[in-house]
Amino acid sequence: MDPIIEFKDFSFRYRAQQEASLHDINLKIYPGEKILIAGPSGSGKSTLAHCINGLIPCSFTGETAGTLTVAGLTPEKAGVFGMSKRVGTVLQDTDGQFIGLTVAEDIAFALENDKVPQDEMFRRVDRAAEMVQMKDHLDRSPAELSGGQKQRVSLGGVLVDDVDILLFDEPLANLDPAAGKRTIALIDDIARTEKVTVIIIEHRIEDVLYRDVDRIVVVNNGRIAADLKPDDLLSTDILSAEGMREPLYVTAIKHAGAAINPADHPQHIEQMNVAPYREAVRNWYELTPAPASRPQSEVLLEADQVSFGYTSRHQVLQDVSFRIRKGEMVSVVGQNGAGKSTLAALICGFYSPSSGKILLEGEDIAPLSIKERGEKIGLVMQSPNQMISKPMIYEEVSLGLTVRGVPEDEIRERVERTLRICGLYTMRNWPVSALSFGQKKRVSIASILVMNPEILILDEPTAGQDYRHYTEIMEFLRDLNRRIGLTIMMITHDMHLMLEYTDRALVLSDGHLIADDTPAAILTNEDVTDRASLKKTSLYDLAVACDIGDAAAFASRFISYERRLRDEEKNAAEETGKAENLQKEVR
Amino acid sequence: MAKLLSYEENDTWIHRLSGITKLMFFLMWCALSAMTYDTRVLLVMILISLIAFAVSKTKWQQVGSVFKVIMAFMILNLAAIFVMSPEQGCAIYGTRKVLFHIAGNYDMTRDQLFYMFNVMIKYFTVIPAVFIFLVTTNPSELAASMNRVGIPYTIAYSLSIALRYIPDVQGDFHRIRNAQEARGIEMSAKAKLFERIRRTASIIFPLLFSSMERIDVVSNAMELRGFGKYKKRTWYAMKPLRRADYLVLAGTLIFVICALLVTYADGSRFWAYWL
Amino acid sequence: MNKKFGIREVVAIGIGTALFVVLTEIQIPIGIPNTYLQPRMAVLAFLAAVFGPVVGGVIGLLGHALGDALFYGGVWWSWVFPEAVVGIGVGMLSKSYKVLEGGFDRGAAIRFNLVQIIANALAWILLAPVLDILIYAEPANKVFIQGAFAFLGNIIIIGVLGTILLFAYSRVAGKSGSLQQED
Repeated sequence: MDPIIEFKDFSFRYRAQQEASLHDINLKIYPGEKILIAGPSGSGKSTLAHCINGLIPCSFTGETAGTLTVAGLTPEKAGVFGMSKRVGTVLQDTDGQFIGLTVAEDIAFALENDKVPQDEMFRRVDRAAEMVQMKDHLDRSPAELSGGQKQRVSLGGVLVDDVDILLFDEPLANLDPAAGKRTIALIDDIARTEKVTVIIIEHRIEDVLYRDVDRIVVVNNGRIAADLKPDDLLSTDILSAEGMREPLYVTAIKHAGAAINPADHPQHIEQMNVAPYREAVRNWYELTPAPASRPQSEVLLEADQVSFGYTSRHQVLQDVSFRIRKGEMVSVVGQNGAGKSTLAALICGFYSPSSGKILLEGEDIAPLSIKERGEKIGLVMQSPNQMISKPMIYEEVSLGLTVRGVPEDEIRERVERTLRICGLYTMRNWPVSALSFGQKKRVSIASILVMNPEILILDEPTAGQDYRHYTEIMEFLRDLNRRIGLTIMMITHDMHLMLEYTDRALVLSDGHLIADDTPAAILTNEDVTDRASLKKTSLYDLAVACDIGDAAAFASRFISYERRLRDEEKNAAEETGKAENLQKEVR
Repeated sequence: MAKLLSYEENDTWIHRLSGITKLMFFLMWCALSAMTYDTRVLLVMILISLIAFAVSKTKWQQVGSVFKVIMAFMILNLAAIFVMSPEQGCAIYGTRKVLFHIAGNYDMTRDQLFYMFNVMIKYFTVIPAVFIFLVTTNPSELAASMNRVGIPYTIAYSLSIALRYIPDVQGDFHRIRNAQEARGIEMSAKAKLFERIRRTASIIFPLLFSSMERIDVVSNAMELRGFGKYKKRTWYAMKPLRRADYLVLAGTLIFVICALLVTYADGSRFWAYWL
Repeated sequence: MNKKFGIREVVAIGIGTALFVVLTEIQIPIGIPNTYLQPRMAVLAFLAAVFGPVVGGVIGLLGHALGDALFYGGVWWSWVFPEAVVGIGVGMLSKSYKVLEGGFDRGAAIRFNLVQIIANALAWILLAPVLDILIYAEPANKVFIQGAFAFLGNIIIIGVLGTILLFAYSRVAGKSGSLQQED
C-alpha cells in the first residue's frame, strides 16, 4: 500500500527565523492509520501539522527543501483551499473556530463556501451532525454549548467534506477530563467507521492512549526522535528524556525499578499484564515513606454557607463552606459550569453572595469594594494577554501601585523586589513583546504580587500550555508558596496539576461542594470523579492491579517521591549553576 | 451588565418573513419617518408600528430596559432643542402664537410646542420598528438575504461575524474590566480627565490585544474551511422569498409613496392643523 | 499581508464591529450634559489605522448603527454616516503608520492626528449637522453646537486614547531588536 502522507528529506525554515524549524523529516503515514504526534513546545510538531494542511507554505511563508505528498497532492501547489478538501483540521481554540451563528451553520460553513446547493447541504449537515452526536442541537448558538460540544461541532464541520485525513491540533487543551475522554472515544469511532487517517497532535499522551493508536511519532528540535508502536515506546525512556510526561502508571513501574516489556501491553493499564511487576511495585510502595503532613496554620479565607444565583430560580452555588489555611496550595475543580469561576468572582467581589459570608482572617469582607479586596486577594486571569496593559515590563508591574498613589521610591523598591522574586529582574527594561508565554504569565503574576496580597487566586494557570511551560509555571508558583509562604488557590480542570502541586482540592459539582480532601484521595474515589467529570488516576488502577489496598496512599507516596526527585534535580542544577558562576569569577 | 436586544425565536408571520423584507421595511420606515413632518402621516405610522409590534408577540421584558434609555435620551434632546432654539417652530411654520411667557426671551408658543410634539412622535414611529427588526430577524438569514440583493457576501458575512462574536467580546470585556478593577484601575474613579483616559487605556488595551489575536485565529479557521474561494457562495440559512414577503414589500412601498404624496402635497413637508 | 480585500479584512470588520458595539457601554462624562468621551471612537480609529479605509468605514457604519440599535433602540442616521467618514479618513494613510510592523513612531503619530482631526471636522462640524437639518429639520444652532462638542470630544479621545493604543500595540506587536539582560 502506498503512504497517504510522505515526507522525504523535508526541511522548513520560517522566513523570519534563522534556524530551520524542521530538519530532514522522513515520515510515512499509511491510509487508515491513527498516529499520535507528540513533542514539547517549540519541538516543531505544530509546524509539521501546518505542512500537512497547507498553511505552510501558503499562509506562513518560508523556505522548504525535500518533498511532501499528502493524498497525492503537493500542499504548496494545491494551496490551503485545495488541501482542505482532503485534510480536515480541528484547531485547539474551540471558540475561535466556531464561526457560524448556530451549530448547523457552522457545520455547513465549508459547504457554503463550496457553493453546494441548499437541499444537498441539509442532507450532508444532518449526516455529519449525527456522526458527532450533535443532531439534537442543530439550532443552538455557541454560547449555549460546552467546550466539548463546540469541539464536536468543529469536527462535524470538517466531516461534511469527505476528507481522507483528520488532523487534530491539541484537541484536549481546553476540555475537562471527562469531555476529553469523550473526544478521544469519538475520534476513535469515527476513524473506524469512516476509514479515515487520523493524526493527533498532543502532549497529553496518557489521555490520548485512552483508545489505541497505531504509532507514536516523537518530535523534538525539529527532528523525529522516535517513531514506534505505543507498547514499544512506553518500554523505553524516550518520552521522559525528550521532556514529556509518560503515563503515570508507567512512571510508577519504572520508579519501582522494573523494566517494562512491550509484550505486556503497557498501552492501557486496564489491559496490561501487571503480574511481572507486582512484586517490585509492592516493594517500592512499602519502602517509600508517606509524605509528611503539614502543620495546621491559622485560617486565612473562609466561606460560610455561601449561595449565589443570577436569578432566584437558578442557583449557581449552594451552601458552599470551606476554610483555606495560611500557606496552603488548594485547587478548585469540577466540570464547566459547576461554579468554579463564580466562586472566584464572589471572593473578589465582582458579585455578592445571595446568602452566606466570606471571611478573610476572620473578618467579613462584604463591606469591602473590589479595589480594596484587590489589595488582599490577587486574581490572575487565564491568559496573560487579558491582563497586560502596558508595553514595558516595569510599567506593567508597577501599574497597580501607581494608580494607588504609592510614592515613587517605594514603588521602585517593591517592583524591583517582586521582579527579583519572579526571576524577571534582569529583563525589567524589556518590552513585554520580547517574552515567551511563560514569562508573560510571570509578568501578570508579578503585577499582582507587587501589591502583597494575602492570597493569590489563579484561573486555569496552565490552560493551553504544554508540559514544559506548564512545569515552568507550576514550579514557579510552588516556589512562591514555599519561599514567601504565599497562599494559593487554583481553579483548574487539569488532574496532573491538582495531583502534583496542590495539598488539597475542593470539588464542585452543580454548585455543591461535594468533596474537600487530598487530591490523591479524590482521584482514587470513583463516586466523586464520576459526579464531577474528573478522571480517576491510572495510579489507582495500578494499585488495584498490584493488590495494594490503600490506592490513595499509593498515589500520594508516588507524588511525594516524584517531588523529591525533582527537587534533587533542581538543587543539583543550582549547584552546577553556582559552580559555573564561581568558575567564571575565578577566570 | 448592559442588556442587549437580541433575536428570539418564535413563530409568528413576522418571524417567518425574510430578513431582507424586514430590513427593507425598516430602512424605508426610517427614511419616511425622517422626511415627513406631517402629523397625520406620523400618527398612522405609529398605529401601524404598534399593530406590527403586537402581531410579532414581542414581550415588554425583551425591550423594556432599552425603551427606558431611549425615553431619557428623547427627553434630553427635546430639552436641548427648547433651550437652544425656542423659536424653531415659529420659523418652520411661519406663524407665532404665544401660549404663555416663561422667562427672559423664552415664550412657550403653540408653534414650538407642536414642532416638538412632532419631533417626539417621530421617535415613537421608529422605536417599535427597531424592536421588531432586531427581535424577530434571524441574523444568519439576514446575512444570506443581504447577499442575495447584491451586497457582497464578504460584507454580509462580516455582519454575521459581528453578531456571532458580540457576546464573546462582551464577556471578555467584563472579565477584563473586573480583573483590572481588582488591581485598582477603575474608570469610575474621580480623577482628572487625562488620568481617566489613561486608565481607560489600561482596560481597553488587553481587550484590543485579545481581539487582534482572535482576528488571526478566526481568519485561519475560515481559510482552512475554504472561505473566499469563489465569487459566490450558498447559504444554509437562506429562505426563499414567499408571497407574504412580496406583499409586505409592495404594501410598504405603496404606503411610503402615498405618505410622501400627502406630505409634500402643499410643497412643504411641514403640516400644522392651523395652516 | 494580502493587498486586496481578503479574509483577514472580513474578520477584522466583524470582530472590530463587535468590539465597537461592546464599547458603546463606556462613556466618559466631561461635565457637559449629554456629551461624553467615547472610547469606542479611539478603537475605531485604531482599527482603521491598522486595517485601512474600507475596514474603518464599514466598522464605523455597521458599528454605529448596530450599537445604537442594540443599546438605545433607535438609529440616528445623520450620525451614522459621519462615523463612516471618520473610519475612512483615518484609514487613508494606514500604510504609512506601519503599526503591525512596529513602526508607529512620532512622525506617524503626527500624521495620524492630523488626519483624524480633518476627518472629524468633516464628519461632525460639517456632515452631521447638515444631515440633521436636512433629514430631521433640527434647529441649526443646536445641531452645530452638538456637532462642535462631538468634534471636540472625538478629537480628544482619539488623540489621547487612540494614540496611546497605537503606540502600545505597535511596541507589543512589532519585532524587538537585540535586548541585553541587566544586573
